[in-house]
Amino acid sequence: MLILGIDTATSAIAVGLSDGERTASDRRIDPKGHAEHLAPLVGDLLAGEGVSPGDLTAIVVGTGPGPFTGLRVGMVTGLTMGHALGVPVHGICSLDVLAHQALCDECESGRPGHRLRTHGDVLVATDARRKEVYWAHYRVGGAPDGRQALLPLTQPAVDRPADLPADLRELPTAGRGPVLYPDLFPHPGGLLDVDGGVLARLGALGLRDGREMPVEPLYLRRPDALTTAERGAGR
Amino acid sequence: MCPDAPLVLGIETSCDETGVGIVRGEALLADEIASSVDEHARFGGVVPEVASRAHLEAMVPTIERACRTAGVALRDLDAVAVTSGPGLAGALMVGVASAKALALSLGVPLYGVNHLASHVAVDIVEHGPLPEPTLALLVSGGHSSLLLVPDVTHDVRSLGSTIDDAAGEAFDKVARVLGMPFPGGPHIDRAARSGEVVLDFPRGLTTGRDMQRYRFDFSFSGLKTAVSRWVAAREASGEPVPVADVAASFQEAVVDVLTRKAVLACREHGVGHLQIGGGVAANSRLRAMAAERCEAAGIELRVPRPGLCTDNGAMVAALGAQMVLRGRTASELSLPADSSLPVTVVQS
Ligand SMILES: [Zn+2]
Repeated sequence: MLILGIDTATSAIAVGLSDGERTASDRRIDPKGHAEHLAPLVGDLLAGEGVSPGDLTAIVVGTGPGPFTGLRVGMVTGLTMGHALGVPVHGICSLDVLAHQALCDECESGRPGHRLRTHGDVLVATDARRKEVYWAHYRVGGAPDGRQALLPLTQPAVDRPADLPADLRELPTAGRGPVLYPDLFPHPGGLLDVDGGVLARLGALGLRDGREMPVEPLYLRRPDALTTAERGAGR
Repeated sequence: MCPDAPLVLGIETSCDETGVGIVRGEALLADEIASSVDEHARFGGVVPEVASRAHLEAMVPTIERACRTAGVALRDLDAVAVTSGPGLAGALMVGVASAKALALSLGVPLYGVNHLASHVAVDIVEHGPLPEPTLALLVSGGHSSLLLVPDVTHDVRSLGSTIDDAAGEAFDKVARVLGMPFPGGPHIDRAARSGEVVLDFPRGLTTGRDMQRYRFDFSFSGLKTAVSRWVAAREASGEPVPVADVAASFQEAVVDVLTRKAVLACREHGVGHLQIGGGVAANSRLRAMAAERCEAAGIELRVPRPGLCTDNGAMVAALGAQMVLRGRTASELSLPADSSLPVTVVQS
């Protein structure tokens, strides 16, 4: 098994590889340079690990939420590579990846393996521009199968940071929310952007567990435009 | 068809059409389009974010369809070409990222090409090798340009362009004034057939000093305003608006200026060939008047069929294949999408 992970939902253009155990990752911080830098980054990562595109067995993309233009670059790159190579493409919510980075000691340290902390809560809040954040609340707990699992307690959402429940804003917070709004998120977790290696590893775990991982972009906002009918009604 | 000719796939996503074309040398094998025009109709114009979302959904299915139509597998490709600009930034990026993913996965060269040069190159798959230099009139909702093309793969010169609205934009706006749905071009064309050219609407930049300063440039904003005013005055007087006559008279004004300047440019630059491309090239009156005036001036007119005039992937593949055939160096995998790529930059 060799899985390529691609995420462009946060400020990092993040790529990673996982064989289920070992991971490798690379990234570049350029919030406007996704279309330019992603493909070379993937090419260099593969070459650096001594593998060729044909060795990949699956691709997993971060499905956001994230600023639309960048998000789409990652998703269409993954989808097209999967089609060209004849391998399946899966999707994972980018906020889930940040939550794992925050709540799994191994993921956080980049060590092989994957072990969640026995308990803990984390808030993920990333930059949604327009003075808003994309956010979700997660907790480590017992899954129905008895294993420790990372459970999302809310659906991913987009809101003004001040509109988040006060008790959630007090939680350790991953993502760039605390950097952008330090007064509103007083407990920064130190994790800013998605790690492509963690994404790839989560893809491997999802495949092992037979999880459904649809490749649907999480836009959470509708396009900024009124239909002619709406314009007429507003007049 | 020459079996050794390069097999090139082209991707076009500069506006609201997801286009994928496949060309072998100078032969067209597939030209698949997924259009989001119906979604934009609800908004009365192209909404960039709606277009970009549609591109992401349509990209891989359209690639798949093109391969099926052409009867080729992706692994058979010799190169991938993509529109790198000009166009809507977010829309361009979907195509550019997808083309890079193909090139990277398949290990083939990538060519980032100019959308306008592609509109010129597409005629190669329709009417054979391009006589160079050629003169090209490109008219659509996004552009109105007169180009002198000594070499479509690396030397394209701009003689003039619109200083305000694009020709197709004027069609859309006047169609709205006349109560016709978006996109307006086909509706105006249809209505005009039963109308007569009885109203004398202005021809922008065609007289006196304007012909010195803006010799090969266009302006359609004054025409659009004149039509709106005329229709508003007619409505205010309580009389019915003669829609067919307004459409015919407006269309005549646009087409008159476009063909007059194109033929003049051919003469002054000593070029014996005129090519028309872009969505407005589907207009029946433009085709007829261009044919008439070119014949009178001894100029050979080339207009691809309407499906190849509007934005499509075949035109990108056609230019990409010329790049390969003429030994141009491939683009870098780090090539950017450039929404305002100058028309003179054929490859990025
Ligand atoms: Zn065009």
